Amino acid sequence: MKLTGAEILCESLTQLGVQHIFGYPGGAILPVYDALGKSKLHHILVRHEQGATHMADGYARASGGVGVAMATSGPGATNMVTGIATAMLDSSPVVCITGQVSSKLLGSDAFQEIDITGITMPITKHNVVVSRAEDIARTVREAFIIANTGRPGPVLVDITKDAQQASCEFDWDASVPKLPAKRVRNNHDQAEFDRAIELLNTAKRPVILAGRGIMLSGAMRAFEQFVRTCNIPVAMTLLGIGCFPASDPMNLGMMGMHGEAWVNHAIQESDLLIAVGMRFDDRVTGDLRTYAKGARKIHIEIDRAEINKNVKVDAALIGDARETLEKLTPHISNPDRGAWLSHIKELKGDSAVRDIQSLPDNGHLYAAHVINDLWKETRGEAIVVTDVGQHQMWEAQYYHHNQPRTLVTSGGLGTMGFALPAAIGAKFAKPDSEVWVVVGDGGFQMTMCELATIVQEKINIKIAIINNGFLGMVRQWQEFFYDKRYVATPLVAPDFAALANAFGIRGERITQRGDVLSAIRSARESSETVLIDFRVEQEDSVYPMVPAGASLHEMIRRPSNPLVETATEP
Amino acid sequence: MQTLVAYVENKPGVLNRVSSLARRLNVNIDSLTVGPTENPEIARMTIVAHTDEKGGHRLEASLEKLVDVLLAENITERALLERDLALIKVLADQQSRPHLMELIKVFRARVVDVAPESLIIEVSGTVDKIDGLLEVLKPFGVLEMARSGRISMTRGGDLLRPPVASSATEQSAAAR
Repeated sequence: MKLTGAEILCESLTQLGVQHIFGYPGGAILPVYDALGKSKLHHILVRHEQGATHMADGYARASGGVGVAMATSGPGATNMVTGIATAMLDSSPVVCITGQVSSKLLGSDAFQEIDITGITMPITKHNVVVSRAEDIARTVREAFIIANTGRPGPVLVDITKDAQQASCEFDWDASVPKLPAKRVRNNHDQAEFDRAIELLNTAKRPVILAGRGIMLSGAMRAFEQFVRTCNIPVAMTLLGIGCFPASDPMNLGMMGMHGEAWVNHAIQESDLLIAVGMRFDDRVTGDLRTYAKGARKIHIEIDRAEINKNVKVDAALIGDARETLEKLTPHISNPDRGAWLSHIKELKGDSAVRDIQSLPDNGHLYAAHVINDLWKETRGEAIVVTDVGQHQMWEAQYYHHNQPRTLVTSGGLGTMGFALPAAIGAKFAKPDSEVWVVVGDGGFQMTMCELATIVQEKINIKIAIINNGFLGMVRQWQEFFYDKRYVATPLVAPDFAALANAFGIRGERITQRGDVLSAIRSARESSETVLIDFRVEQEDSVYPMVPAGASLHEMIRRPSNPLVETATEP
Repeated sequence: MQTLVAYVENKPGVLNRVSSLARRLNVNIDSLTVGPTENPEIARMTIVAHTDEKGGHRLEASLEKLVDVLLAENITERALLERDLALIKVLADQQSRPHLMELIKVFRARVVDVAPESLIIEVSGTVDKIDGLLEVLKPFGVLEMARSGRISMTRGGDLLRPPVASSATEQSAAAR
């Protein structure tokens, strides 16, 4: 069967199981759009190509499959850069397809020509230019394999316009991937394995550090089995949240810069850390010189380049988390951890009384209240997509996720503007799930144009803007470390409820704590998208906080009365 | 200094990926040579990088993550043979010529081009040997020099072969 390159692309995507493409048309990708119109693929027209990549990313994170974004050459492609980098840093399988000028024009600075493979080389797992229609099917198949095997990541396929237009024989079965024959390393090192078992069975104060790798390998069940068998408490990375139920008594909660004090103290006092599918990011370790000094370390990790990168480990188990855990668990005894677990409980008791949730309602609206109410009202079952900043940390602290892939957030790159488009992607991945956007007034203004995408696609998501009139996290740093010199952090925003109305979306403004629950309930009852502008305390801070570069146990704790500046005593 | 050998796909852009990776890891490359192997589809690189053992490991592991890199191995600690080749154009008049010829003999170098006012000397060997010759040639007047950069090979039965292509490409992909 003879098809054009553009038709081959659409046919290949269909064969690969793709249903949704997030994209924006333009000159160099027009042949593909023409073919898209004749295909069964659902194209979602975004308002900015960055949004397309975040949507594909959100789709991938919520579903576990590959998200697909599409753009034209030049500015269309360069607008994707932030979204591609976001996916790269969080190991998210995204395939980006960009149009390129005709191959005979390559290198001539033609209209909307840019070397997008050169630009994205360090922020993609792999990228490739295709200039022949004959190579499209095979290359796209390869891109999907690369994106979603091993440690996942984004792949960009740049297709010249002449390749899209040319016709050739299309045979899916013959278009088999021809990836380079790489060395298959034998990662099974019995000595490392034996050492890990020895360490696990002799540790007195062990802590497991659970990362996103557990979700990526589908190791949730194997992980739970492992935790039960070795009876070791679990601390979560931000991206690991959901891979182990928050309701489980063995789950301590999030570690790191804004982790609860008991979690960080437990890590610092531990004699063994078992890191699973995480990479000892600086936001998790604090000062490496003082990080868990008394602890031996076991690292279960698929990416060999992560071993000993930040933290020197005593046993490295390289490989898929699920396979490794399944192999490890039968060798582990279940020792009595009573003393260690009750010690952690004591640490926790000390922190819990400082918790903002324990304070009486004095009418003031705090972000933590909003998120806690959202958690209670949705019974922790919604997919929550956050942006980056204070609200993101409050979400991680106060929304307790029991299911994997229910928290979608930009961790590694910390991309503001991620939430709204990523939530649209998540909704397409999980149309039957309730999707909430939790976003700051700063980040929302970066990508709020995608409200129009929501309306055009008639989708139903709920948007909670945590509006404090500041770029809150930066303001917090200025408060703590720059003597409250609030340079460029107070920001003016439009009336978000009115803005929503202008887009044809129901919008509300909430200023009182007592109104939060009813607003959330009413939004949930609606079958359409609802935006709620929560006007929260302006100068609230996220606690605890490990200052950048400080030791993990050197936290700025919650003030004994955090509301003292603005609240009146009951 | 760390020495790595890499087998890579012999196609456009691969050198860029390798050098871009070194830049991203903030590793300064001292020397990088690349040439085809007996299989024209595969090229072999010798990379000498200014970094410590930890950096060498990271570079090796990160290189092997690149789709086009078939194998990367840090051979710094192995028994290995290292060769560099240099062409040195040096001033040579009637007076200095006999002295030069003596030095060339001592260093087991050879003259590959003779002109009325200059010679081109070809020398191969370890970096130290070439640096040594260069040092003694300087007083005569070195006009130009080109060096190939280092190539390395592990000694004896310590073989470093490119992986054999298997038909089960999808399987090998799944393993990465």
